Amino acid sequence: MLRRALWLGWGRGLLGLGLGTRRGVSTLEWDGKVSEIKKKIQSVIPGGAWNPLYDTSHLPPEHSDVVIVGGGVLGLSVAYWLKRLEKQRGAIKVLVVERDHTYSQASTVLSVGGIRQQFSLPENIQLSLFSVEFLRNINEYLAVVDDPPLDLRFNPSGYLFLASEKGAATMENNVKVQRQEGAKVCLMSPEQLRNKFPWINTEGVALASYGLENEGWFDPWSLLQGLRRKVQSMGVLFCQGEVTRFVSSSDRTETPSGEEVILKKIHEVHVKVDHSQEYQPVECAIVVNTAGAWSGQIAELAGIGKGPPGTLQGTKLPVEPRKRYVYLWHCPQGPGLEAPLLADPSGAYFRRDGLGNNYLGGCSPTAEEEPDPRNLEVDHDFFQDKVWPLLAQRVPAFETLKVKSAWAGYYDYNTFDQNGVVGPHPLVVNMYFATGFSGHGLQQAPAVGRAVAEMVLEGRFQTIDLSPFLFSRFYLGEKAQEHCII
Amino acid sequence: MVAPRTSLRLVAPVWNRGAGSIRGLSRAVDPEGSQRKERTLFQFLADRFYDVAALREYMLQKQVLKVHQKNRSFTYIKERYGPYVAGAHFILKQGGAVKFQDKEWMRSSGRGLSSLEFWEFRAVPIEAVDASGCAINYQGLDHLLALKELQSLSLRCCPHVDDWCLSRLHPLADSLQELSLAGCPRISERGLACLHHLRNLRRLDISHLPAVSNPGLTQILVEEMLPNCEVLGAGWAQGLKLGLEEQSQDTASSPIPA
Repeated sequence: MLRRALWLGWGRGLLGLGLGTRRGVSTLEWDGKVSEIKKKIQSVIPGGAWNPLYDTSHLPPEHSDVVIVGGGVLGLSVAYWLKRLEKQRGAIKVLVVERDHTYSQASTVLSVGGIRQQFSLPENIQLSLFSVEFLRNINEYLAVVDDPPLDLRFNPSGYLFLASEKGAATMENNVKVQRQEGAKVCLMSPEQLRNKFPWINTEGVALASYGLENEGWFDPWSLLQGLRRKVQSMGVLFCQGEVTRFVSSSDRTETPSGEEVILKKIHEVHVKVDHSQEYQPVECAIVVNTAGAWSGQIAELAGIGKGPPGTLQGTKLPVEPRKRYVYLWHCPQGPGLEAPLLADPSGAYFRRDGLGNNYLGGCSPTAEEEPDPRNLEVDHDFFQDKVWPLLAQRVPAFETLKVKSAWAGYYDYNTFDQNGVVGPHPLVVNMYFATGFSGHGLQQAPAVGRAVAEMVLEGRFQTIDLSPFLFSRFYLGEKAQEHCII
Repeated sequence: MVAPRTSLRLVAPVWNRGAGSIRGLSRAVDPEGSQRKERTLFQFLADRFYDVAALREYMLQKQVLKVHQKNRSFTYIKERYGPYVAGAHFILKQGGAVKFQDKEWMRSSGRGLSSLEFWEFRAVPIEAVDASGCAINYQGLDHLLALKELQSLSLRCCPHVDDWCLSRLHPLADSLQELSLAGCPRISERGLACLHHLRNLRRLDISHLPAVSNPGLTQILVEEMLPNCEVLGAGWAQGLKLGLEEQSQDTASSPIPA
């Protein structure tokens, strides 16, 4: 017994010693355990993600009033205006779902960043005018207390469109419409062009229109970051994930003329997390499709376009990605500081970039030359064969230039009439579109965001009437054709 | 450059709970470093309570509204007495000075024109405006653009004059001969690029512009853009890297005029 007692004592001593050594050696393990316990407690107390079984902080919330698919400049603009125009502070829960948080393929950040009012449709001019006013007062719209003001690096140098004999009459009409809407544009003859910009070769140019104010180019990345910062401070939730499914319910109803029509309403959005099979069904009331070049795929997920062709059910969203190249080159004898963004009648365009005689530009390919949109690889031969001759013909100084770099980006190209699609779908009643702007989405984003927010909150457009841009025009065949596309 | 800048650290906020996470994003937006001033009690409370944050936003809005109020348009005066009187009243109310044609400089310390002067000067064009230090902004420039015979304009150290305002100056191209933009904190080389409309400009002062990234190069480019104009700037030698011996000599002598 004494032996047992001794042995027990010794054992306990050993145990004590053992515990001591365990404490000394395994403090790291202990810290890990403590943080795990903390996380579990945090997920249980009120205010956290209520799920006592496992941690769901990486998933989006289970309910949201509005789900915005796509976190580019249009998506964030819709989120901003929804929060700004809501009747009560915190009335609407908005969730922005973005697949790629680095924005590596997003059209917004790969854009040349120009803004102009020289369009042919009055609606486009009005959208641009409001957007430029938004950009001018950006530090009043997007002010966040305690954060530094935004610098958009806006160059107010204007756009210069050149027209040949064929296009001169259209250009004059367009300028008349632009002036009526309030844009400050002036027409120039080849003489005046040579006086003002001696580096232009005016051969083949009959008329030119020059934007004097409110036109130029800016940095889209700072706009995106500014919107993101402001929108987060207003309480919009962000989530990194991909929308894989819409769960909707259908309802049969009759039109006044007696035809039967099936209306769909989306109830849930399944958001799949990156690199995992995990997904979260988000219950929502409204879905806004601002997925840019991929809006067509999102629309197909919602069942838009599944039906016999020629009917409203069978009308697809005609937005597809088109790849466009932008080249950056250096030309020591090139145009000076006053150079505007020049758009040639052949389709080539260029603008200055910075103080060091660097220029960037490109050209829209013809229908036969459309590059493969499956990747963002740059075709340098396109510059050699197609873009450089056009540039050198218009600006003789560009005969000696050296390409420094190039990149490619997508246009969310509307194959129907190259103008945006804004507003609800007639059959899928709670899906709203703000996409398909074919290269001028960035410059119209603030105004379009406001229009969609008005449509969602009030049911109609209040400030700028964008009825020519509704989805129903694809079924009715009414083109809202824009002639001044770069 | 429109490609994403590598120096920006893209914070990936998944769920933001409260105002604390905005800090990270603000640092991402402004890589030069938003200096962390001492956090006052007010800022501390604003981070934690929505009411205090709303109060701070309201105070910020009030400051902005004050500037707007100063730049409102005097439509009644303009209709009754003409654009010259309205412009002079605006400038004098802001604390600037105005010179009517064949008269002396007038300055009235914020009181504007008296009613007698309204009647006296209603058809006398304004020759020169000195709006140094005034809180004139994009809206307020309306008053100046109506002055068709303006020959000299001084916008030295105006805190709200930025690149957008410079793009508005083209209606004065026929008459403007002298322009001074020294010391304006918001003007950059991008705004200076749209001064090429001012073909009759003879003297331009673009010294001490803190937002211009490369003052020497900018001055050369502006001189090329406006060949008939004398440009007073930082001097083209500023920004050049000199050898140690030459540097000590150069600090003694003045920079070579362009």
